[in-house]
Amino acid sequence: MPAQSANRPMPAPFSEYEIDAAYDEMFRARGRPRSHYKNLYTQLLNLPSEELHRSKREADLSFFNQGITFTVYGRAEGTEQIFPHDLLPRIITSSEWAVIERGLTQRITALNLFLADVYHEGRILKDRIIPGEIIYTCKHFRRQMHGVKVPRGVYVSVVGTDLIRLPDGRFVVLEDNLRVPSGVSYMLTSRKVMKQIFPTLFRKYGVRPIEQYSQALFSTLRSLAPEGRSTIVLLTPGIYNSAYFEHAFLARQMGIELVEGRDLVVHDNTVYMRTTSGLQRVDVIYRRVDDDFVDPLAFRVDSSLGVAGLFNAYRAGNVVLANALGTGVADDKAIYSYVPKMIRYYLGEDPIVDNVETFLMTDRVQREHVCDNLEKYVVKAVGESGGYGMLIGPHSSSEQRSEFREKILADPRNYIAQPTLSLSTAPCFMNGRVEPRHVDLRPYVLFGEKITIVPGGLTRVALRKGSLVVNSSQGGGSKDTWVLQN
Amino acid sequence: MLSRVADSLYWMSRYFERADHCARVLEANYNLMLNPSKLSTEERWHRIMASLGIAASADGIDPQMAMIKLTSDPDDESSIVSCIAESRENAGQVREQISSEMWERLNRLYHQVTRADARPETDSDPLRLVADVREGSYQFHGVTDATMNHGEGWQFIQLGKYMERCCALPVLLDAYFSAPGEADDLDWVGLLASCAAFESYCKVYTADLKPDSMAEFLLLNPEFPYSVRYAVERMSAAIAAISETSFTHATGRIERIAGRLRASLAYVQIAEIMNGGGLHRYLNSVIDQCNNLHAAVHVVYIDYPIQSALGA
Repeated sequence: MPAQSANRPMPAPFSEYEIDAAYDEMFRARGRPRSHYKNLYTQLLNLPSEELHRSKREADLSFFNQGITFTVYGRAEGTEQIFPHDLLPRIITSSEWAVIERGLTQRITALNLFLADVYHEGRILKDRIIPGEIIYTCKHFRRQMHGVKVPRGVYVSVVGTDLIRLPDGRFVVLEDNLRVPSGVSYMLTSRKVMKQIFPTLFRKYGVRPIEQYSQALFSTLRSLAPEGRSTIVLLTPGIYNSAYFEHAFLARQMGIELVEGRDLVVHDNTVYMRTTSGLQRVDVIYRRVDDDFVDPLAFRVDSSLGVAGLFNAYRAGNVVLANALGTGVADDKAIYSYVPKMIRYYLGEDPIVDNVETFLMTDRVQREHVCDNLEKYVVKAVGESGGYGMLIGPHSSSEQRSEFREKILADPRNYIAQPTLSLSTAPCFMNGRVEPRHVDLRPYVLFGEKITIVPGGLTRVALRKGSLVVNSSQGGGSKDTWVLQN
Repeated sequence: MLSRVADSLYWMSRYFERADHCARVLEANYNLMLNPSKLSTEERWHRIMASLGIAASADGIDPQMAMIKLTSDPDDESSIVSCIAESRENAGQVREQISSEMWERLNRLYHQVTRADARPETDSDPLRLVADVREGSYQFHGVTDATMNHGEGWQFIQLGKYMERCCALPVLLDAYFSAPGEADDLDWVGLLASCAAFESYCKVYTADLKPDSMAEFLLLNPEFPYSVRYAVERMSAAIAAISETSFTHATGRIERIAGRLRASLAYVQIAEIMNGGGLHRYLNSVIDQCNNLHAAVHVVYIDYPIQSALGA
């Protein structure tokens, strides 16, 4: 078989690489790689395919041995799976990254001011920038948080923002994850594996390091602790949680205790953990348990994951929770559409990184327009994440569309619609060939004394050909993200 | 160290030791049962059950089923499979606290004993399972000592292992010594083999199998790992190390119970114990003291009342 012929200009292993309307991360046009991908391109052309297969096996084995797994829900006692990982790095230039970094810093600053405002005076509501109704009907709004003071005024200490790249090459925000974002352990472990496999490429490229994430997270948490006291713990729902691997990983990396609700007791509005040396006072809790489950006395009474009395200790200022409670009100998908307005209102600036155009189903005109054209839109439930509860118009059946139409009409507040976006594509190693797959990008933002964004993030990949769903629960995988030095 | 973590490490270790002990007893006896004896097969199974502290069911013992029940029946909570599963479950709760080599070894053993073809079809299958457990146990103890920090967590693992041994050995001894007249030389070999003690015993007392010497060896020998005294010494050492690392508690009660038991085993003479059938009473008192020690450790380190810990 000839490796190259006139009507097939792309050489192996790129013979099946089809470029369509989506922005391609590697190629500006067929056979013409972008300058920052040239090194990788050349390396791939020159590597024998057995070599790539061997690298892929090596990488998979390394993930397997490190036990990098997630749990798929809905099966008896949770089935652990290896997180699918793609061999090829996704590369971002330093100038692209500079925009992302400034944009996210601006956005998180505004979102945090919004949370402080909503839980105190509510100026943005009084000034009619955002309708109060949309706040009070949000299921993640926590009225118990009203008037509660949080250290340094920081509500969101750990954020994972989902970005996508539009066909014109601009990054836009698809989702702000302000509650308990996960995935950072995949970012860190995947970098470690990639360094073993592509040492030469790393040397050629000058990739900015991300290994300092754990220390940065630790400093962020410590900056929230009261003067002179700094016992920090990570609160996990336990071994059956899908992200337990990450909880254990981060606790170990930071050298802090990994606790479950049953390890903590509250006495006299003070939180302690039970140790073999007696009760030890806890000052900061990096909690990976949802708001609802944190304290059965203040929120869900049927929660066995939380700690009775924790909320009172929190309100009394005797313990810090990161993230604060009630942050979900700012990543509700309907409230998301107001973020550009928040940026203008609180900072007097134009947004550096835009939103995706979003239609509110509470608005009659927008609702009717979307309901008449469902096959063109993606409809999402406002409080869901992980790719659950959504309709992808172009890939839906007419039954699914009429089902969603009824859902929207029955509860308009619960839905938003967005135009079907073509996520950018990046080269992936699929069965011996390099093929394009859709990707997004989740950088992790830390907010304590200052805002820190480690250069990189989790690039999530829709591994099925043509699919736009990148969530790990729905057949997504990840790849290492390289931000270049210059 | 978190109390929950200490508790899980302790029970991981206890259940593992329980499975190992059961495997050793079954291996020793299954071999001997191939020889004829004046006891019936059923009577011999009765003693195996008694030596493991399992009450025989009222409708007798089916010798074929007994082996299956004790090795691979997941519904029988004292079966080897159940004990390994419990041990693994506890290890899984604290996976980040033990070394990955430990988890891998324990996990592999779990899959070996639970996989579909571990369901016995032939006579030799249960024996293979028993051999897997014996082998896996040496490896697990090896990686535990070689790959984990010998800190507080490791001490709780030691405490669990030797506590279980201290509770199991007296039960085993009692089953053989409650009717010593019935036992022939082969039975005594069975007792020693159940503790992997035959060769070690012979080194000290020669192949002369006298009941008093065997009782002395398995109860009071300071150097043999499967003697009660040795286990108590190791247990005391673990307790002392734990009490040194943790600094707030009144550990007096624990040290008193452990010290008294230790002194009794160190200074008693076998003739004093054996006089007038006193062995049964002595063994029972060892078990009682172990139970007290377990309870005291639990209330000081694991499940203490909040008020006492606050010093209020």
